[in-house]
Amino acid sequence: MANLSVNFCDVKFENPTVLASGILGVTASNLRNVIRNGAGGVTTKSIWLKEHVGHKKPTMFGTKEWFLNAVGLSDAGIEKAKDETFPEYLKDKPAPIIANIVESSMEGFAELTEKIDACNPDIIELNLGCPNVEDEHGKPFSCVAADAEKVTKMCRERTKKPLIIKLSPNVSDIAEVAKACASSGADGFCAINTLYGMAIDITVRKPILTNKSGGLSGPGIKPSAVKAVYDIYKATRLPIVATGGITSGEDAIEIMMAGGRLVGMGTMVYYRGVEGFGEVVKEMDEWCDKNGVKNIEDIIGAAHN
Amino acid sequence: MDIANYDSRFLILPIKKIIDENSTTKTFVFEHSLGGNPGQFLMMWIPGVDEKPMSIAYDDGKEFWITVCNVGETSNALHGLKEGDKVGVRGPLGTSYEFGKGDHLALVAGGYGAAPMYFVAKQAVEKGIKIEFLVGARNEDLLLYIDKIKDLEGVTLHISTDDGSAGHKGYVTEVLKEVLAEGNVNKVFTCGPEVMMKVVGQVADYAKVESWLSMEKYMKCGIGVCGQCAIDDTGDLVCTKGPVMSWKYLQNLPEMGKYHRDAQGKKHNF
Repeated sequence: MANLSVNFCDVKFENPTVLASGILGVTASNLRNVIRNGAGGVTTKSIWLKEHVGHKKPTMFGTKEWFLNAVGLSDAGIEKAKDETFPEYLKDKPAPIIANIVESSMEGFAELTEKIDACNPDIIELNLGCPNVEDEHGKPFSCVAADAEKVTKMCRERTKKPLIIKLSPNVSDIAEVAKACASSGADGFCAINTLYGMAIDITVRKPILTNKSGGLSGPGIKPSAVKAVYDIYKATRLPIVATGGITSGEDAIEIMMAGGRLVGMGTMVYYRGVEGFGEVVKEMDEWCDKNGVKNIEDIIGAAHN
Repeated sequence: MDIANYDSRFLILPIKKIIDENSTTKTFVFEHSLGGNPGQFLMMWIPGVDEKPMSIAYDDGKEFWITVCNVGETSNALHGLKEGDKVGVRGPLGTSYEFGKGDHLALVAGGYGAAPMYFVAKQAVEKGIKIEFLVGARNEDLLLYIDKIKDLEGVTLHISTDDGSAGHKGYVTEVLKEVLAEGNVNKVFTCGPEVMMKVVGQVADYAKVESWLSMEKYMKCGIGVCGQCAIDDTGDLVCTKGPVMSWKYLQNLPEMGKYHRDAQGKKHNF
């Protein structure tokens, strides 16, 4: 039995696995169920200031190798988070919770940061990189380093809690964006958000997603995620919630060696169900035992040595 | 589409036949088997419109049916399609009703819940299982599948309507009470509005008979990912742990028969 606990921005996680934002997590009871099934922590769906209607269906489907979604960040708004989700989750809090927030303007992000701070999450995560709402809200802020730096600074001024930035992989140099955020006070990162993707049904000759374009996740994107995490770690050495195509204990170990401190999993649930969290943790533990690793923190960034 | 192999893309199928069931409901027949069992559902995509979960009304290994009431934008679009038009399907998804030799079933259908209940009955009579088929609707015109049910051997049909235009005047659950009092039924299956199913669960419980309900919650993906159909307070997903769930499991849930959630996850009371 290795020690799998991880310290992330002074928040203690019993194991490195966390539910990534956007998968499950519509209700507090569903988040608690994820912890019951073995996750070390959870991330909320993206929370908006006001209720936000997502895209029409189909919003998601997958294959053995990849998964495509364009839910469109549907959410009931900060009021539901404040009145229902957070109070219900924090009562006998089972594990740390990361609040993921999103807005279309920098001012909105700053206002929401203050409001979510009052809900008392352990960590605040800015979703600066969702590829699925560009038609309504334009290019995500994390696609331009100067924008990412500015919005990070504005949010930094509104909270003392750990503030991490979820980065888009759809950029030419993700390390440059990470450095820009670090320079304006980011405590860490979550990477990667989904890649751009599209699938066309050749019988009806139309994109399957109603939004036409979507976010690509699943096992096929893991090498992109490992490379991005490696680059961000090398450039900043800040803690990273590493996510993207992780579906097994060995995947999790690999991306931690690239620099991940926590490991986010979302699409994994499609392949292994919510029970997959506990199974991945067990696989990580077995790997550690087999390889003489006593503390999981010892492997973070190991590939850089 | 091959769910077992993690492929949840759509199978595009032409509508083989459309049958008018009543003024608001049509049955769509597809010449294809999904290998579905009674209680399971599929996701139906009407390209350019939307995608919705629908229960499988019948699947005999050669063809499957869905029976759809015209209640919203998507079902209205479906009702506007003609034989030969194509839609996308993925499934079968979720859990099914379990039964076997020696069972004596009471099937309690509210409104268009008659369709999946008919699927149970059709399979069950082939196994020689005795069935009390209770159908309830607001009025005679909204009764579904009555002729098909009458054609099944070994099935006793009990009709009730709110206005008394056919059968017992009143609720289907009142008839259930009498049927269970005879003491022959050992399992109750129900499909219909949640508030009605809750009463079915309570009535069966009072008669010391186990019951299974088909839960309907707002779904986006149907494949256990989006979390939209999570129920309080277990946080389980109706799309994968259900839709067919036991009363034993459901009876203590705080949301049972009280509220449901919309596409944004906001609560609405029934």
